[in-house]
Order: sequence, then C-alpha cells, then structure tokens
Amino acid sequence: MTVVTVTNVVKRFGETIAVRGISFSAERGEILGLLGPNGAGKTTTMHMMLGLTSHDEGSVRILDLEMPKDRYQILQRVNFASAYVSLPANLTIDESLYVYGKLYNVKDPKRRAKEVLEELEVDLPGSALVGTLSAGQKTRLNLCKALLNKPAVLFLDEPTASLDPDIAIKVRAILKKLQKNHGTTIIYTSHYMQEVEELCDRTIFLARGSIVATGTPAEIRERSKLKNLEEVFVTIARDGELRDSAEKDDR
Amino acid sequence: MIARILAMVMRYLFIYKRSYIRIAELVFFPLMDLLVWGFVTLYLEQVTQSKAVLFMLGGIILWDIFFRAQQAVGMSVLQEMWVGNTLNLFVSPLRSYELIISTAIVGFIRALITISGLGACAYLLYAFNILELGFALVPLFGLLLFFGWTVGLFTAALILRYGEAAESLAWIVPFLIQPFVAVFYPVSALPPLLQVFAQVFPCTHIFEGMRSVLHDGGIPWGSLVSAFLLTLVWISLTGTYLARTLTHVRRKGYLTTAARG
Ligand SMILES: Nc1ncnc2c1ncn2[C@@H]1O[C@H](COP(=O)(O)OP(=O)(O)OP(=O)(O)O)[C@@H](O)[C@H]1O
Ligand SMILES: [Mg+2]
Repeated sequence: MTVVTVTNVVKRFGETIAVRGISFSAERGEILGLLGPNGAGKTTTMHMMLGLTSHDEGSVRILDLEMPKDRYQILQRVNFASAYVSLPANLTIDESLYVYGKLYNVKDPKRRAKEVLEELEVDLPGSALVGTLSAGQKTRLNLCKALLNKPAVLFLDEPTASLDPDIAIKVRAILKKLQKNHGTTIIYTSHYMQEVEELCDRTIFLARGSIVATGTPAEIRERSKLKNLEEVFVTIARDGELRDSAEKDDR
Repeated sequence: MIARILAMVMRYLFIYKRSYIRIAELVFFPLMDLLVWGFVTLYLEQVTQSKAVLFMLGGIILWDIFFRAQQAVGMSVLQEMWVGNTLNLFVSPLRSYELIISTAIVGFIRALITISGLGACAYLLYAFNILELGFALVPLFGLLLFFGWTVGLFTAALILRYGEAAESLAWIVPFLIQPFVAVFYPVSALPPLLQVFAQVFPCTHIFEGMRSVLHDGGIPWGSLVSAFLLTLVWISLTGTYLARTLTHVRRKGYLTTAARG
C-alpha cells in the first residue's frame, strides 16, 4: 500500500530552485532514505511533505490525503523530529510531552509519555528543563515527541546527528521495531552512509534538487559498481550525478 | 479543539509556575508608571483643582489591560521562536486559530492579574477605586481585551513575516498608537486633524467612555458601541492580513528558518 506519493514537485526560493520536479513514493512499513550533499533539497522536500513549506508545482499525497488541502488530517497521523528542532526549552520533560500528547489528542498522555520515555531510554527526571539537556538527550526527547501519536508516517531529518554511537544503535533498533510491529513508514535523511545501508529498504539520492539515483542500497552499489554507499555519495557530491557503470565502460 | 487550546494555555502557564519574576513583572512595571504619574498628577491637582488624577489613574490601569492582551497574543510566536519550538507546533494538528485563542486566554488571565494588582495599589495609594467605574468596567475591560488581542494578532503576523528583526516592533506597536488614542487626555486636547485620525481606533472611544463614566457615572453607550464596531472592522482586517502572511511565509519557507530575505 502506497502511503506517500510525491509527483513532479517543484520548489523555488526566488532565484534558487531548491527542488526541480521530483517524483517518488513510499510504501507502508518502508524505511526510505533521502540522501544527498548539503543543499541538495532533502530538508525542503521533507518540509513540503509536512506542509511547512508550500510547493510551487506538482502534488503531495499522504495517506490518501492531499497536502496542503487536508493539512490537519494528515498532521494528526504523521510526526516529525529533527536534531535541529527542539521542544520548548522553558518547559520540563514531563510538561512538554504532556502538552504535545494533548495536541495530538493522545488518550492518556501521561502514560503514553512514560512509555515513549522508557522506549527511548531517557532516564532523566521528568522535572528536568528541556533547555538544560545535552544535544543528544534533546534529540532523544524529540524522538519521544514524534512517537506520542503512534504515527503512520514518521519524518526524521537527521535524527541521529549528535547521538553517541551506543544510543544511535538503539535508535536504529527502535526504528526497525516500529517498522516491524506497527508498519510505520519512515522517511529520513542522514549523512551516515553506514547507518543508511543498515537501516534503509530503499534510498533516493538527490543532487541540486533532482533525483540522481534510486533503489535499494544493494541495487545502487551493484549498478554503480562502487564498493559502498559512502563512495556513491562522494561520487554524486563531486560529479552531481551517478553514471551507470555500463555507461562508464562505453566511454 | 478544546483539548488543544487548553494544552496550549497550560504550555504558557507552566512557565509562570516556575517564574516568580514573570508574575512580578505583570504588576511591577505598570506599578512604577502608576507611582510616577500618580504623584505627578496628584501634585498638579493641588495646583489646579481638577479630576486629573482620576482620569490619569484610570488611564494607566485601563491602558495596561490593552497592553497585556496585545503582548500575550503578539509575543507568543516570538516566544516559540526563542525556544526553538515553532516547527514542532506547525507540524502538529494545532490550528492557527486554536493557537490564537489560547494566547488570547493567557492574555485575559494576565490582564486580570494586572488590573487586580494595580487596582489595589491605586486604592491604597490614592484612594482611587477602580470599581467606581461600576458596571461600565465590564464592557470597557472586554473591549480593551478585544482590541488588545487584535493588535497582538497584527504584531504576531509582523513577527512571522519579518522574523526576530521585528522583535522590537512587538513592544513598540502599542506605543505607536498611544499618543492618538486619548489615553491620558480627552480627544479635544488633540489638534483638529489628529482628532479625526483618533476616531478610527477603538481605544479612543474606550478611553473617552472611561472619562465620561468617571465624570458623571452614566454608561456611555455611544462610545461603547463605536468601539465595538470599530474593533470588528480591525479584527477582520487583521485576520485577513494574518491569513495572507501565513500563505506568504509558507511559500518563502520562513517557518523553517530564522532568515528573512
Ligand atoms: N527558506 C529558504 N529561502 C531561500 N532558500 C532556501 C530556503 N530553504 C532552503 N533554501 C535553499 O534550498 C536549497 C536546498 O536546501 P535544503 O535545506 O533542502 O538542503 P538539504 O539537502 O537539506 O541540505 P543539508 O544536507 O545541508 O541539510 C539550498 O540551496 C538552500 O540554500
Ligand atoms: Mg537538511
């Protein structure tokens, strides 16, 4: 079942064309990696799917609903976390999760908050102010918020940036578990290619606003005859595209 | 809908729970105003024998109701920017109007605290009883809140559009209109051209109404109705501007960045 369909989406910021008519889709229970060099358009694409930024052309459909027409119906059933966005710094952990639990219409917000805190192994006092947490602790708390409403689609923008390797492994395990147990679709960006290879069912490589390669990590390695995604990434970052190995041989 | 509004009201009140400074701030600054201007007019009254003190104190207290309501609604967006929470709110199912209503409720609470605190101080210091306004106090308070929210909404739209650069505007906007809305002196004290200009602001009619009550005790229906109708006009203009601003900032991607180009 397809839960996310992006069709010919274009986004311009004045002179800059951040996204140049890209199309892709994501299936239920799929972990899809949006990859590419800095400025490729990953965050912009994600923000358009969340209705934070409007698209100039094309369409975004999520869970059989249209963004931005059905904005709030969609937002009720998806969630988002990023290492670069925080919960309110002047609230405590308990307060902020309670407020967001209520915003997402969660039945028993206090109990649900406890569940997600345990799941992500945040063992800090609930009375700690969000603003006083370390970067990694904040990132984990953001993930807690993102799980409160048991989202059907989870958007994660560099969720593992600033996590220590131990926690990063645990977070990956949790994402796998969500996928397996709840059929959650996860669309996520990351610059850690090893993590991508381990986690993603499928990847989309963007460069300068266009899709330059797509497929399972294995397929992409195969086609490009490169050793790993790291090399694929570097090739794309330097050449702005990924030529098939067959093409390369022709030259 | 109600649950989300209440959640946001709590989100703002949680902060007060921990911060006595913030609570003190609600009464402290206006109290300073009350002290300085109260004594100044007390002195003038000795010299000139008039109801100046009455009007001055009424003006200070009522102005602060307007100011608190404007601040609560206007500063909310800025507050969320400061604590890095804007994006999380805009990807949640919280509707814009629910956010606005919740900040309006917080503004109401803040205004209530201010008016009680200042009212008590004015009574102790100057034997000025704000309750002497009688029943008229209710519509005056309500109208000031209403227009305060409206100006706050306009401020919030400016901040969304121009970012933190508009921060100082959030503080200044109320004072930009203060000279023209006859807070501390009657409209008749203004030059003729400004008298006409003053009529477009609901505040003008509210403060004229207040003086009329303090003067002879009757309820100034004309002023109240004018203020109400004008506020309706202002709020529909502001609402339209805010809606357009939201479309604009989504197109420009401003919700997701502090940069404005
Ligand atoms: N609000 C905006 N106004 C103007 N230009 C923008 C805005 N947001 C993004 N851009 C531009 O759009 C392009 C894509 O940016 P985007 O943030 O989507 O990249 P990204 O792939 O997420 O990069 P990174 O890996 O660095 O996070 C960049 O050239 C960026 O400068
Ligand atoms: Mg990015």
